[in-house]
Amino acid sequence: MTASASPASPDSLASRASAALWRSPRLLLLLLLTPPLLWLGVVYVGSLAALLAQSFFSFDDFTAQVTYELTLSTYAELLSPANFDIIVRTVTMAALVTIASAILAFPIAYYAARYAKGRWKAFFYLGVMLPLWSSYLVKIYAWKMILSKEGIISWAADKLHLGWLLDAWLSLPVVGGNSLSVSATGTFLVFLYIWLPYMILPIQAALERVPSNLIEASYDLGGGPGKTFRHVLLPLAMPGVAAGSIFTFSLTLGDYIIPGIIGTSRLFIGQAVYTQQGTAGNIPLAAAFSVVPVVIMAFYLWGAKKQGAFDAL
Amino acid sequence: MRSDKHNRAPFPLTLAATGGLLFLHLPLLLIFAYAFTTEDKSFQWPPPGFTTRWLAVTWARPDVWQALTLSLQVAAIATAFALVLGTLCAAALSRARFFGQEAITLLVILPIALPGIVTGIALRSAFGMMGIPFSFWTIVLGHATFCIVVVYNNAVARFRRMSPSLVEASYDLGANGFQTFRHVILPNIGTALLAGGMLAFALSFDEVIVTTFTAGQQQTLPIWMLEELIRPHERPVTNVVAMAVVLVTLIPILGAYYLTRDGAETAGSGK
Repeated sequence: MTASASPASPDSLASRASAALWRSPRLLLLLLLTPPLLWLGVVYVGSLAALLAQSFFSFDDFTAQVTYELTLSTYAELLSPANFDIIVRTVTMAALVTIASAILAFPIAYYAARYAKGRWKAFFYLGVMLPLWSSYLVKIYAWKMILSKEGIISWAADKLHLGWLLDAWLSLPVVGGNSLSVSATGTFLVFLYIWLPYMILPIQAALERVPSNLIEASYDLGGGPGKTFRHVLLPLAMPGVAAGSIFTFSLTLGDYIIPGIIGTSRLFIGQAVYTQQGTAGNIPLAAAFSVVPVVIMAFYLWGAKKQGAFDAL
Repeated sequence: MRSDKHNRAPFPLTLAATGGLLFLHLPLLLIFAYAFTTEDKSFQWPPPGFTTRWLAVTWARPDVWQALTLSLQVAAIATAFALVLGTLCAAALSRARFFGQEAITLLVILPIALPGIVTGIALRSAFGMMGIPFSFWTIVLGHATFCIVVVYNNAVARFRRMSPSLVEASYDLGANGFQTFRHVILPNIGTALLAGGMLAFALSFDEVIVTTFTAGQQQTLPIWMLEELIRPHERPVTNVVAMAVVLVTLIPILGAYYLTRDGAETAGSGK
């Protein structure tokens, strides 16, 4: 026992203060919440509100000045063909990445949830956590190495005498390019790689809650592996898939670094925000652009909530 | 056992799961191979030869050390802020039920739920409007904002597992609030805070999107890396730095895992 652990004299200031707090939990709550709320509620939400406000101003292309009059013209600009293209391209990419990651994630999550025991369970857990937490830029850098013309994929394709297949794929419009590292296929692969762990963890969490006797019951009632998957596992895993898709979808929508380093010169929403606020100095358009993923995600979350995604988080 | 054969994973599932894990790990292993390649102009595979020369070259680079030092300082201070604010939030929200509670929970999660670019540009324009020059502290402010949620997640899970009668017993035995915090609450939530702090540190150390908006001339290590990715100066040095970063981030992740593995909470799920 240290001296400070001895009962405090009831008259000391500290004791009287803590007694007052014990008697009025509301006051304690207020004291606890004031510092974080000052930070998050005032500084952070204030910044977000200021950003939102900016999107209702307009930008004069001739004077390169922001006109401080309320208008919806900046939002109208989003619908111009060039800008709308950017939005469609980003949403399509986010949807494809989400679907592909759900397909890739399912077997890993299912194996880890149902078959991995003890030591293997930890192995699977760390096997997902380590790539998840490894440096984002290092992962992109690794893919720049992999996808480059002289990199490991071209090498492997040559060794397997499949070089023609790679070339044929790269000569396709939209998905192709000079090499994988400057093609939309490359962008897709990197997005898929980087966000995949965010899909695995919630699916695994959802599958952990499926009692194994449900699966046995399905087999006993004559459902084969296909039917069991279709009618038992998949419906029960859906909240997990929905929760994971929140991450994969939202992260792809807002990313501007991956398509800038690996991909074509066609812009994504994040890159549009970045160039508008940086070199162009058009803060209103940048702000309006950044509202797009927020609005899409708000609808997405609303839909995901109906799917029960928040219980699987 | 009638369903014995269903307790073994079917071969296609094993294959798919193994393939998925390989897909997640091979790119990281490649980083290690490239750190020792003799080729310095391209990403040629297989490497024509291996050398340890670039380790020494990178070691002697002052810009790498400066970026690393800045990143460590920012991460340490941002983590300290996040620990205080995240623990306060967790203490307040773990048991009490009050009006607006869900709104506050949402507020804590918001910086990580919104795309980083939105947080970044919002903070940047707010700093601009208030006339705050970009500095070390604006980077810290940005990082702490999204680190709070990691600490909060770990702390709130531990607070909920802790029996409230422990605190009541401490009061009954005559301890005041501060003694109770120091001798009863802190030892109980200590490892959760350590785990949350480690993850917050790793998150801040790696952050690049918000940092590009809230940094002035300062170069954190991710910003240095980003510069090299966009305009490569010396590829072998970048290769070595990439390997070092992978090795360094292993430590907090493994640490946080060992600290929280006994509990029901999962330290880093949902970065």
